[in-house]
Amino acid sequence: MPYNPEQEPYVSLRTKALESLLIEKGLITPEAVDSVISMFEQDIGPLRGAKVVARAWVDPAFKQRLLDDASTAITELGLPEGSALNVVENTPTDHNMVVCTLCSCYPWSVLGLPPTWYKDFAYRSRAVIEPRAVLREFGLKLDESVRVHVWDSSAEERYMVLPMRPDGAEGMTEEELAALVTRDTMIGVAVVQPPVAAAAAN
Amino acid sequence: MNGVHDMGGMHGFGPVEREEHEPPFHAEWEAHVAAINRLVRPAYYNIDEFRFGIERMDPAHYLRSTYYERWLATIEHNLSARGVISPAELESRMELLQRDPDADIPRGAEVVPVPPAPQPAAGTEAAEPRFAIGDAVVTRNAHPTGHTRLPRYARGKHGVIHLVHGAQTFPDSNAHGKGQDPQVLYNVRFDARELWGDSAEPNQTLYLDIWEPYLAPVSAQA
Repeated sequence: MPYNPEQEPYVSLRTKALESLLIEKGLITPEAVDSVISMFEQDIGPLRGAKVVARAWVDPAFKQRLLDDASTAITELGLPEGSALNVVENTPTDHNMVVCTLCSCYPWSVLGLPPTWYKDFAYRSRAVIEPRAVLREFGLKLDESVRVHVWDSSAEERYMVLPMRPDGAEGMTEEELAALVTRDTMIGVAVVQPPVAAAAAN
Repeated sequence: MNGVHDMGGMHGFGPVEREEHEPPFHAEWEAHVAAINRLVRPAYYNIDEFRFGIERMDPAHYLRSTYYERWLATIEHNLSARGVISPAELESRMELLQRDPDADIPRGAEVVPVPPAPQPAAGTEAAEPRFAIGDAVVTRNAHPTGHTRLPRYARGKHGVIHLVHGAQTFPDSNAHGKGQDPQVLYNVRFDARELWGDSAEPNQTLYLDIWEPYLAPVSAQA
């Protein structure tokens, strides 16, 4: 459901009331609230995930370790282990996408805060029953010969897609490759664009 | 519970609406709700109690709420259940702040939160996994009224063990004050035709993480 500003005055007041009671009772402090908010707002988004993808593209041994045990493999890049992470690989014949139909489970540790569409009812209801139709809305038309693998995150295991390295990215550095990788390609609703197209879009 | 939160396969929600350059939060209160939850949850409620609080919202309220409104609802529910803040207290504080938005609220001395009452023993370590990768399984067709993590669309369905994740907290117990009760968690692979019949799109596989109590061997149900 899109953000509905009509409800804001009521919910905003309710939040303020709750926070003021918690502060009055000494259970939280305004300073702690501000500090958590600034942590969220400086959310680095999907940069960590993009770094992981780029490394997997240039280092086949790392890629194998990532597919075998992603939670441990990402610590090689200095990333915190975080929650249990699984990485699933896209190939010319297999396309993966991730959803959480029951709530909105999302690999925050590598992709940051989830986009609103990921948490909305349309994506949660449809990704499992008509993933190709959903992907077409994202502009991704998969051939019928490509198998679509949908991961419904129903536990504390988190899933991230390892997208395919695009053509035309030969000879790019790991850093340049990471810049091609968008959040949506790691949720599995997009594919990584070749460098020329990516540059034109920026 | 067979709640409105269990949305997999529902129709009628329209196209997926995307927003370019989305901010982390759309309003200041959303950031405050997220921060409050981060600060109070460890002391007062676990992730499964958090989710069950959302599932028990009035269905019509759930459907017209945004994401962080649902968080606010479950924070209130859980804090009330723990005796931290009663609904009446919250209502009266709202009235006060509505009358006088700048009311001077005394700031309490910081207290160490009282942790929840000790929960029953977590039980013995989960047994050895009953199933191995490649085993054919069928999910139980059960409809518990409490918190559970097997979506309706995948109940009574045949699949294959894809991964063995190992013992993990069992939400059906953890959401109800029955301890962590670790059970073996698997990833189970389903062909879309098993789930959606003739309505399935071509060439699709679906994967769910499923705890052992939700599963039976195929032979037992044949």
